[in-house]
Amino acid sequence: MPLERKDLLDLDDFSSEEITLLLETTAAMTEILSRPIRRVPTLRGKTIVNMFYEASTRTRSSFELAAKNLSADLVNVSASQSSVEKGESLIDTMRTLQALGADMLVMRHWEAGAPYLAASWLHASVINAGDGWHAHPSQALLDLYTVQERRGAIEGLKLVIVGDILHSRVARSNLWGFGKMGARVVLCGPPTLVTPDILGIAENLPWVTISYDLDEAIADADVVMMLRLQRERMASGLLPSLREYAARFGLTQKRMRRARPNALIMHPGPMNQGVEITPELAYSEQAVIEDQVANGVAVRMAIFYLLAGTSERIA
Amino acid sequence: MTSPGKVLLQAEEIRRALSRIAHEIVEHNRGAEDIVLVGIQARGAPLARRLANSIETLESIVVPVGRLDITLYRDDLEREHFRPNVRETQIPVDLTEKNVVLVDDVLYTGRTIRAAMDAVMDYGRPRTIQLAVLIDRGHRELPIRADYVGKNVPTSRAEEIELHLLETDGKDEIILVPTPEGAV
Repeated sequence: MPLERKDLLDLDDFSSEEITLLLETTAAMTEILSRPIRRVPTLRGKTIVNMFYEASTRTRSSFELAAKNLSADLVNVSASQSSVEKGESLIDTMRTLQALGADMLVMRHWEAGAPYLAASWLHASVINAGDGWHAHPSQALLDLYTVQERRGAIEGLKLVIVGDILHSRVARSNLWGFGKMGARVVLCGPPTLVTPDILGIAENLPWVTISYDLDEAIADADVVMMLRLQRERMASGLLPSLREYAARFGLTQKRMRRARPNALIMHPGPMNQGVEITPELAYSEQAVIEDQVANGVAVRMAIFYLLAGTSERIA
Repeated sequence: MTSPGKVLLQAEEIRRALSRIAHEIVEHNRGAEDIVLVGIQARGAPLARRLANSIETLESIVVPVGRLDITLYRDDLEREHFRPNVRETQIPVDLTEKNVVLVDDVLYTGRTIRAAMDAVMDYGRPRTIQLAVLIDRGHRELPIRADYVGKNVPTSRAEEIELHLLETDGKDEIILVPTPEGAV
């Protein structure tokens, strides 16, 4: 079965079959990463543009390595927020990329929905590398792959996502990805960071539940995903203090004992050790945080391979 | 109305052809010391396994067997209507200084073998690369030939060869069928 779509914007409209195809292709790509020569000629002559309107090290370099491993030509454009106006100038940029002959565009933007606008303007495939608080589908796919690699299957697992749910595109894409694959998802955080729109999501999606108490949420969890706490949340009054947050929502060994014995610990990075997670747990046997980074390259190779050329085929 | 097609090789003939190829591989390489068999996915992989079993019986030596998916090396991804699924590749040993025998079911245009040779080179520098196929049906588009052939079958481009193997299809049989466009 091929992937009959031009773009990867979020996982909300993906079927479980499509996600399975992406994960199977990822498994084939990991074999390439184990070879003496980690390069195949598949996308020779294709141009991929990496366009990041927001700072990123690991996601950008992960997409970059994936493109190079498939022999594509890669152009990195880091658009600083100050030089780019919203709206019309984004469309102007898209027109320029079209004229330059880009085949695929990897886009990160601080504004939710920006990659959707790009996708509607461009003949090229658009891959959302994170848009505002909205979605980060390649992260969700690498999280799914990492769990499947360890557990064999996603179906029937209990995933707890802990922390700043409100501002997390990782949480939003993962609740779709894990849900489509048959897992239960618990979103857990302080009430100021689990706002009415999140409650609305939970009401509409039968596999999602909300909890404000980590000790309760973590019981019998198979996967515990800690989110990064951004310090500016204190300044804006959403949280009283780091210490209080760490005491109520930090992952400790004591809390981890309430989860299933071999539960996995995930974190999209970069970590605040001592706040959302203790260093002992971050480097423990149960942590798969480094696997997540390593699998990221293979997942992005699979995305490029499956989307390449789809724009011509669908048009 | 589908025609059942013409049976090219039956189970017993396939067994004999593979047995002969195994002898030829051992004879040509003066033993089985540095041989690695690499089956091209999907149908070449079980054939490579069978050849290895025959050689192991003949020479009392363990022959490494790999499987290779050539999808990522194809030259026609742009032209295809669909994106083929990438299957597993597994090369168990370093191929440098080995005599690599590529194994496939049918040799046709030669493009698959070209892709497979490129892929093998990415795993090291073999001493030789040889090619064993069960059927050579002609119509080459590249300067490629097989070292070991089960059966040469003159075909028209409007025909297809269907290979059924015990491992994947429940029985051994090779059939020549007209394609829907080629059918009268």
